[in-house]
Amino acid sequence: MTFESPSSISVRERAWRGAKDVFLPFTGENEKVLYSLRAGEKVLLQGVMYTARDAAHRRLVHSLDEGLEVPVDLRGQVIYYAGPCPAKPGTVIGSLGPTTSGRMDRYAPRLIEAGLKGMVGKGIRSLAVIEAMVKHGAVYFVTVGGAGALLSKCVSKAEVVAYEDLGPEAIYRLEVVDFPAIVGVDSRGNDVYREAL
Amino acid sequence: MTNVSAKTIRDTVEELCVKAIEILPRDVLSALQRAMEEESNPLSKDILGVILDNARLAAHEKIPICQDTGMTYVFVELGQDIAIEDGYLYDAISQGVARAYVRGFLRKSVVSDPLFDRKNTGDNTPPVIHTEIVPGDEVKITVMPKGTGSENMSAVRMLTPGDGIEGVRRFVMEVVEKSGPNACPPLIVGVGIGGMMDKAAYLAKKALLREIGSSNPDPRVAAFEKELVSAINGLGIGPGGLGGATTCLAVHIETYPTHIGALPVAVNLQCHAARRASAVIRSEKRVLL
Repeated sequence: MTFESPSSISVRERAWRGAKDVFLPFTGENEKVLYSLRAGEKVLLQGVMYTARDAAHRRLVHSLDEGLEVPVDLRGQVIYYAGPCPAKPGTVIGSLGPTTSGRMDRYAPRLIEAGLKGMVGKGIRSLAVIEAMVKHGAVYFVTVGGAGALLSKCVSKAEVVAYEDLGPEAIYRLEVVDFPAIVGVDSRGNDVYREAL
Repeated sequence: MTNVSAKTIRDTVEELCVKAIEILPRDVLSALQRAMEEESNPLSKDILGVILDNARLAAHEKIPICQDTGMTYVFVELGQDIAIEDGYLYDAISQGVARAYVRGFLRKSVVSDPLFDRKNTGDNTPPVIHTEIVPGDEVKITVMPKGTGSENMSAVRMLTPGDGIEGVRRFVMEVVEKSGPNACPPLIVGVGIGGMMDKAAYLAKKALLREIGSSNPDPRVAAFEKELVSAINGLGIGPGGLGGATTCLAVHIETYPTHIGALPVAVNLQCHAARRASAVIRSEKRVLL
């Protein structure tokens, strides 16, 4: 198989051509868009999201339950279930694809209650998460598992903002451009996986 | 007796880790390409398009294919006429892994103990090492970085002889169906049958090292592999779990004799980022396969 030059690989012009832009976070005017998104729709995410996976979720929920201050104001924000590879010199970040969202199901309803408006990951969500999403208004985006190299190229800026001691599980603030995703579960509770099967 | 230095082992393991993590094997790429060409569901076709673009980009720009650079599995086939000089084989392998993950900017995904501290070891060690002593004076090393998305959906079940092939079929289908989108389909499904519990699990993992397109040498097992591929693709889970024709790229079954009262079966799932790299060392000369 011949390799094309990577400069020709633009997801906006290839597999995700024609997809709708969705601007993050879901604060101010952007929030309205959240309610118009429908399961199965292809989108290109633009703007800010935060990474968090198992260990960071455990700490966030612990802080919320104990009434302690959380390091990131979750209101209107979107969490990307991911832990990156370290950035090589001269790059923004290393490989950064989604991890399995289901492991965060036990924490997600608590964060949605606290104002989280979006999640990005891969795989099925529990009914408890979907109920919380419908009740408080939130959306779950699915992106392509195992495409960490390509997705890392959609990150224009990355910095650790909390839990640095967790290494790859620290919370990173990301700025993304043309980040390909599919609406997995919309704010009405429609679920692309349950429709697919 | 042929001597191989521990340093050669270390350097080979380092090189193989980085290669495996950045370059998808040719047979896996071809299988994904074929799946994309044959896919009629437009969204699934686009997902396969992204997966293939990702592999090209990773190889070109030396970026890990997937951020989950895995727990490192190292399979060693050690010729019995080899003596390892200047160090202990397993230390050399661990050092190779540590160098690759630290110097290669790979994600460190190993914690020191599973239950209590869960503190990251910082260099992705220890690896899991499986050694087989074989005839000859060569050593073959295969590195497989194994991610947890697919590993978490894998399973072992102690069937009994009365369950027969029908029981095995039901169990394999149940594991794949339950994994849905979580294991990052299209999958390679490794099935180990026989031995006792641990042997079945080991065979299932080893089955993942086989090239896509290969069949079990026993024609009855090979026919069962084919039958399971059709049945699994009939589930319609599809690429990324969003529906479509290709839920698995291959089913590889490995068997071993078992006890008169036993029929252990293990199903080890492998995501589409089916990473592996091998090399053969013969008296300090290395050949990357």
